[in-house]
Amino acid sequence: MWEQIRSNRRRSGFVVVAMGVLLVAVGMAITAMFAQDPGVMLLGGVAALVLWIVLWLVTVHGGDDIMLHMAGAKEIEHKHHPVLFNVVEEMTIAAALPQRPRVFVVDDPSPNAFAVGRDPKKAAVAVTTGLLRTLDRDELQGVVAHEIGHIKNRDVALLTTAGVMVGAIVMLAEIGLRTFWYSGGGRRSRSSNEGGGAQAAIMVVAILLLLLSPLLAQLMYFALSRRREHLADASGAMFSRYPEGLASALEKLGGRRAAPLADTSKVTAPMYIVAPLRKASGGGGSLFSTHPPLEERVRILRSMGGSADVGAYDAAYRKVKGRRIVGTHTLEASQPIPSRQADDDADRGGLFGEGGMLGAVEGARPRSRIRPAPSPGPEVSPAGPGAPPMAPPPLPPSSRRARIASDAFLQASGYVMRRCVDCGAVVKIPPSLQERVTACPRCKGDLEGQGE
Amino acid sequence: MGLLIGVGVLVLIALYFIGIYNSLVRARNEARNGWSQIDVQLKRRHDLIPNLVETVKGYAAHEKETLEAVIQARSAAVGAKTPGEAGKAEGMLGMALGNLFALSERYPDLKANENFLSLQEELSATENRIGFARQAYNDAATIYNNKREVFPANLISGGFEKAELFEIEIAAEREVPKVEF
Repeated sequence: MWEQIRSNRRRSGFVVVAMGVLLVAVGMAITAMFAQDPGVMLLGGVAALVLWIVLWLVTVHGGDDIMLHMAGAKEIEHKHHPVLFNVVEEMTIAAALPQRPRVFVVDDPSPNAFAVGRDPKKAAVAVTTGLLRTLDRDELQGVVAHEIGHIKNRDVALLTTAGVMVGAIVMLAEIGLRTFWYSGGGRRSRSSNEGGGAQAAIMVVAILLLLLSPLLAQLMYFALSRRREHLADASGAMFSRYPEGLASALEKLGGRRAAPLADTSKVTAPMYIVAPLRKASGGGGSLFSTHPPLEERVRILRSMGGSADVGAYDAAYRKVKGRRIVGTHTLEASQPIPSRQADDDADRGGLFGEGGMLGAVEGARPRSRIRPAPSPGPEVSPAGPGAPPMAPPPLPPSSRRARIASDAFLQASGYVMRRCVDCGAVVKIPPSLQERVTACPRCKGDLEGQGE
Repeated sequence: MGLLIGVGVLVLIALYFIGIYNSLVRARNEARNGWSQIDVQLKRRHDLIPNLVETVKGYAAHEKETLEAVIQARSAAVGAKTPGEAGKAEGMLGMALGNLFALSERYPDLKANENFLSLQEELSATENRIGFARQAYNDAATIYNNKREVFPANLISGGFEKAELFEIEIAAEREVPKVEF
């Protein structure tokens, strides 16, 4: 899967290089107003790059702490919020990060989350108290998986680099234009005295460049940010193997985002899971937003069709948007990975679902990894009498084999397989509970006596 | 001149294969690390169990049979030598834990005990971690396998053994979170 990430990183690298070229051009344009000598202009371009490097160093040096501080995030330990902590730990393992990111909580009623850390070894994940209140465990896991995806894909480094570049371009363009307005008249008359038509042309180009470059740089930056957001969604779905968790979390976040998060600036906006500055409605697909519209993200996650790998995300993205997001040439090589929804929940997780044997505990306890499907969605193919054993359509052969094998294991340990007459779900009952399970936990239908 | 070019081309090819070799080694180490992470999580589960047994004892000391079964399954899992043995023992342990949590339903005081609740969350979290560690191992192993099978890496990957994927899950191990509902 990281092949895709790598090819994407290369593409993001091009964007940054293009921005760098723009930055140099802006530097040259400013110098061109004073001296139209190519050598001097080049010097101006280099000066612009130096400015960027200085800004970058300032941002990078303690940038994480500044951002966490700006957001009012406080570091927590395991005992303060074990569920959050465990979820972060799980996703760290799933992403094979070298180290668990530090965990921060922001005391803010607006549900949101972000990640910082250019280096996966020194990363941090922060969530708001509003988020913790709003989401259940699976949704929280989806959000954390998304943030861990940002860390794994090194988005923070990329977006900081690009963001500082935008800042430098905007700053220089403004300085250049101001200089032109205040001192331009005299210079122009002098240059016309010298009779250089070429010089006048250079001036026009320079002014145009100064006017347009901030806009251009911002557009590039926002496009980059949106793309990385999609990629983090893809990674999140892959790490949690449960796209639905992230999808339903995003839905909730979209619904509750009436009040924008306090204390966020434009600089830090791309780091959040949902855009903290924008209203929930209002031009979601705008070229000037840091995040893709929520509905679109939810739709893509929901059209992954029972798979959870980056390839499935790409396919879903193409279905929804009509074009690709990740590099295509490597997708064929990677194996399809079934999502948990299709693999586990469709038949195995149902046993202790709503109204199940131990339903009394539900609600008081955080939901665990294996949970009943939220609703009899498309993965529950209603099977009539005599229909083939229930199998979600997109299940790849490897995972079918895995399921057959695991069923064999279950039966060897004394489990009994009974299919529900009504909804077709196969209920796998452990020996200790055989006399207590009499109805399908999902639809309350009767259970057949036969095995699978 | 022609000789120089020839040598240059050879050097480039050699460098290319060195690069492939190194990336194979990296991928293999990542897969191995993924494998050892599974063990780390299994050990974590073993460490949590004595505490759990003690807590349950305080409320349901007479449920000896279930408690004994958990303790025995744990020591079998700790002592397992081969992966096959470990798989079986972990499966048994999962079953025993499932019974233990099912039993706790009958003791409201135990169910309200904070220690018990936190142990339950820890165990189910560990359960998840085992699952995610396997998943991460599978991801790493898939990358590694792809790397060693594609051309031209397959010319030099003879010494790199194919990594086995975790396709068979030890089913009963998953019982702990299930019982939570």
